[in-house]
Amino acid sequence: MHELPQQLANGLALGALYGLIAIGYTMVYGIVQLINFAHGEIFMIGGFGALSAYAILPTGTSLLIAIPVMIVGGAATSVAVACAAERFAYRPLRSAPRLAPLITAIGLSIALQQLVWQFYPDAKKAVSFPEFKGAAFKITDSLAIQRADLFVLILAPLCMLALGVFVQKSRSGRAMQATAQDPDTAKLMGINTDRIIVMAFAIGAAFAAVAAVAYGLDKGQINFEMGFILGLKAFTAAVLGGIGNIYGAMVGGVVLGLAEALSIAYIEDIPGMSQLGGGAWSNVWAFVLLIVVLLVRPQGLLGERVADRA
Amino acid sequence: MRHRSLLVLTTVITTGALTLTACGSRDGDSKDNGGGKKTTVVIGVDAPLTGSLSALGQGIKNSVDLAAKTANKNNEVPGIEFKVEALDDQAVPASGQANATKLVGNKDVLGVVGPLNSGVAQQMQGVFGSANLAQVSPANTNPALSQGDNWGKGEFKRGFKTYFRTAATDVVQGKFAAQYLFKDAGKKKVFIVDDKQTYGAGLAAIFADEFKKLGGEVVGTDHVTVKETDFSSTADKVKSSGADSVYFGGQYPEGGLLADQIKKTGAVVPLMGGDGIQDPAFISASGEANEGDLATSIGYPVEKLDTAKKFIEDYKAEGYKDPYAAYGGYSYDAGWAVIQAVKAVAAANSGKLPTDARAKVVEALGKVSFEGVTGKVAFDEYGDTTNKQLTVYKVEGGKWVDVKSDTFNQ
Repeated sequence: MHELPQQLANGLALGALYGLIAIGYTMVYGIVQLINFAHGEIFMIGGFGALSAYAILPTGTSLLIAIPVMIVGGAATSVAVACAAERFAYRPLRSAPRLAPLITAIGLSIALQQLVWQFYPDAKKAVSFPEFKGAAFKITDSLAIQRADLFVLILAPLCMLALGVFVQKSRSGRAMQATAQDPDTAKLMGINTDRIIVMAFAIGAAFAAVAAVAYGLDKGQINFEMGFILGLKAFTAAVLGGIGNIYGAMVGGVVLGLAEALSIAYIEDIPGMSQLGGGAWSNVWAFVLLIVVLLVRPQGLLGERVADRA
Repeated sequence: MRHRSLLVLTTVITTGALTLTACGSRDGDSKDNGGGKKTTVVIGVDAPLTGSLSALGQGIKNSVDLAAKTANKNNEVPGIEFKVEALDDQAVPASGQANATKLVGNKDVLGVVGPLNSGVAQQMQGVFGSANLAQVSPANTNPALSQGDNWGKGEFKRGFKTYFRTAATDVVQGKFAAQYLFKDAGKKKVFIVDDKQTYGAGLAAIFADEFKKLGGEVVGTDHVTVKETDFSSTADKVKSSGADSVYFGGQYPEGGLLADQIKKTGAVVPLMGGDGIQDPAFISASGEANEGDLATSIGYPVEKLDTAKKFIEDYKAEGYKDPYAAYGGYSYDAGWAVIQAVKAVAAANSGKLPTDARAKVVEALGKVSFEGVTGKVAFDEYGDTTNKQLTVYKVEGGKWVDVKSDTFNQ
């Protein structure tokens, strides 16, 4: 068990990344009851936007200056794409049966992947992303935190906090809560629900772009397919934490990340389970956990806050 | 009476049909002043032209295209014009099977080059086998494809007489890697990771057997999932296992990330893999942390073979958008083998293609022998290449550098 702290750190960093992406699923679902399956691609496009922003900077710019620029560039790109998707793909279908926007989202996800593959220079295979150079921070003998992991571990709670304050305290945040509870009444009360829905998409996309920058800095590469699996995992995290609940997204992400890391590290050490551990089974265990949680708490770990609907 | 008219009718129909197929289509832009009608023969290509392995797939497609163009330019087979039809399998077995069916349906296709992935080939073999259409893979390395599922137990049985390959098998590659790592690199404790795919898992198993036989120790095993990117937990297991080396059975997208993340834990161990990771993308994908990583690849480095000089020049002259990548030479040779087989079939039939050209091409392929880009090209009784040359590559200064080339003997 001597590597436990290290594996916990790995799981936390992975979970924070899931959580950042899961916010986008949860916000949009909370307000329009749509599972935006193209959100993984919004994350991916945020990564490519950040890379383009980096390319504009003069070579040799220190990462301290480059990272904020990348986050802004990535967020601008992903927010633009998300708002366009909302306007042209989802809004026309808002009164259509539930399945129509869902299928649209899946189609959009494939289309966005293919567009990046086709038109972004060199995106037909993985493209290099500026990496955090330098050794990991040694905390103890058996625990070292990678610089990129530290970045996401600090940034994710900050983002969450900012979002929490925004939703609770600001006028737009209150309008958001009202829209989530009852869009028709909110409209009657003079809330511009269209604007609120666009805002939900935009916030989710901006968080996804932050996640994409963190991902790129950690892995040193991004590719056009990266949104698919991560999006699926983040969606799982959102459901695990309670879809529609923004804090739930983060909690679900962390629980999922830890479940994956720990199952890779320790399941095979349990007597009689040697064949069921390691990387081959980590996704299985993550989903077993999801099912167990949903059996006990169908509304997810923190539950849906906006359960005022009949 | 009725019988006779029926007989006449069928004869007429069959001859008609045969003339139609034998004549083939006339070259669209008939600029040849020879005036003679040229028969079109299509060489099919199946490879991942999109997706994460497209770098390799595009190289395969272009190299076969180059072989066809060269044959046309030199009038290699008089009266025959070669064309290439390339289909995209996205490295997905089901797509490969659909492509195989499509190629079988095109009467002008007399041979197919591809696929890249062993898993895709498994799904294609049956389709080509029942249609008697020859298939030459430039990259499949799984032994079962040619030697049957029980090759590991020493029972060799060729499943499909239509299947050939210019690539050496994993048996050769895995053992060669184990010998290099144990003897030349002096590594005794290895941690083995594979990606659960036909190619990766097979290669890792062969490597593990040979490494243990030599006296080395396997201190741990793990698996990764294709298209995942976070292997930090597996990387930490490698570190705490005390391994002095890692062997990875899989492809470069996962291999590059795994190598990178192992180095990040602070473990100073080389990662070794098969030809699936021997691609520039393995290095470029993940910074400069790959120094000292190793890979085996089939054949000798194309750049160093005299036979390949012309290929490289011609490839450059054609101005293809993508590089010829790891399998370019093998793809050119696979395409050329089909061309040579067609040539032999036509020559044996006084310069024309016989009605059962496909079956004849399969037979002729078993007998081809020529000096190709990658050395001598010929196939043994299982359809495997007789060329057992291998090379170990090492990452030095951000590039794959060949460190040892040898002919493998059991």
